[in-house]
Amino acid sequence: MSEAESELVQSITTPLRLEYQYTAGVASTRFLRGMADGKILGQRCPQCEKVYVPPRGSCARCGVATDLEVQVPGTGTITTFCVVRIPSDSLDIDPPFVAAHILLDGADIPFFALIQECHFDEVRMGMRVEAVWVDAEDLGPTFESIRYFRPIDEPDAPFESYKEHL
Amino acid sequence: MRDVAIVSTAQMTNVRREQRRNEVEMLMPVVQEAVKRSGIPKGDIGFTCSGSCDYLAGQPFAFVSALDAIGAWPPISESHVEMDGAWALYEAWVKIQTGQADSALVYSFGKSSMGDVPDVLNLQLDPYYLSPLGIDSISLAALQARAFLEKTQYTERDLAKVAVRSRKSAKDNPNAQLAGDFDLEKLLAEPYLVSPLRVHDCAPISDGAVAVVLAADDTARNACERPAWITGIDHRIEPHQPGVRDLSESPSTALAGAKAGVASGGIEVAELYAPFTHQELILRDALGLDASTSINPSGGALAANAIMVAGLTRIAEVANRIQWGSIGRGLAHATSGPCLQQNLVCVLEAK
Ligand SMILES: [Zn+2]
Repeated sequence: MSEAESELVQSITTPLRLEYQYTAGVASTRFLRGMADGKILGQRCPQCEKVYVPPRGSCARCGVATDLEVQVPGTGTITTFCVVRIPSDSLDIDPPFVAAHILLDGADIPFFALIQECHFDEVRMGMRVEAVWVDAEDLGPTFESIRYFRPIDEPDAPFESYKEHL
Repeated sequence: MRDVAIVSTAQMTNVRREQRRNEVEMLMPVVQEAVKRSGIPKGDIGFTCSGSCDYLAGQPFAFVSALDAIGAWPPISESHVEMDGAWALYEAWVKIQTGQADSALVYSFGKSSMGDVPDVLNLQLDPYYLSPLGIDSISLAALQARAFLEKTQYTERDLAKVAVRSRKSAKDNPNAQLAGDFDLEKLLAEPYLVSPLRVHDCAPISDGAVAVVLAADDTARNACERPAWITGIDHRIEPHQPGVRDLSESPSTALAGAKAGVASGGIEVAELYAPFTHQELILRDALGLDASTSINPSGGALAANAIMVAGLTRIAEVANRIQWGSIGRGLAHATSGPCLQQNLVCVLEAK
């Protein structure tokens, strides 16, 4: 590097801060209020009848409002999973741990959640799991009202039952 | 060139702040209404293009989740511009001209209320020399207004007249947010917001959404009795740095207007996207519009200014008037960037 080049300004710092007032939306508000009551609320598409959990207010396939509310239980099936070995500042948990796609019973869209109360080696596709909620006084309008999912003593779900949700 | 027309439009009623619905929930009924009015089955629409800005929501790729409102299955041919929906319409028009589609859905949405609009718009400026100074959109517009008033015969009274007329016209627009009868003298007695601009000189902050359906040739003729044919459309841009421009005039609007063929016939209605009163006067002069043209009968951006939506709304407002049979030829204008940096002009006609 020549002397002239070494004198080039390499970077500047321009601090920036913007604040937003986020609107969760009608469907997400229903879901989050359900979380505060210890309930998992989804919505069914009137056209294709798929049940979205959490609901977003629309069916992404059909482009119509999903205005039929359905409550689904806290039990479901692991469709796919990964073992995380990288620590994360945003998670109060030590690696290795398991993040899984869980298809709740009665839902058509899997979502991500943590699997606990078992060794990561035991987690497998088709494993049956249930939601573990925070204590009743700690329930709030947040997905964190569910701490994690844990295995339940049931035979694995057959592959055919979740293969179209992978 | 293929004949391309707007065959249907739909708008959300603009509000200061949509408290309940998120963008997808705002957009869905608007898109459904426009598609339904077009009579073209959704699956037959050849191309979908949207305009929005992720900085408004503060979420990267917010425009991708907006597709949940469309129903992109089976997979659709789709594109997006990080601009006002008027430019999405331009892209759709080009797509139809190339023969790759015979019809298109164009939509835009803007939830301007989520952030601080003047600060968000600061981020469209040069990031090295201008944005760090913290100059906001209203201050920049005030610089332009000052340059305009100093260089021309116009006065602050002329600016206030634009505000009074716009908000009076908006009384007839069910989708307007700010409408009513305002007293000129009272407005002029108000203090400056950023001199020489007062609050009435500035557009309101609005949440809104708009959708239009375009179709070519016989697809358009079959879809609607009086299609609003796009007989000219062009957009031009000026330098990014406001300091190198003469802010008192708009050469890019004049050029886009000339290329779009504005002067080849009378203009009964002009819908101009002027979020500040003085900008309407600059645009009128750039387009050579006189008293024979009705300016912003919808109330324009001074009555509702959902960012990324208000430009496409201007096009929809002119198209509506042609479809209703109330006019035969009109022009719509959209702007982007600080102080009318980039301008699009679209001429619409009945045939
Ligand atoms: Zn559906």
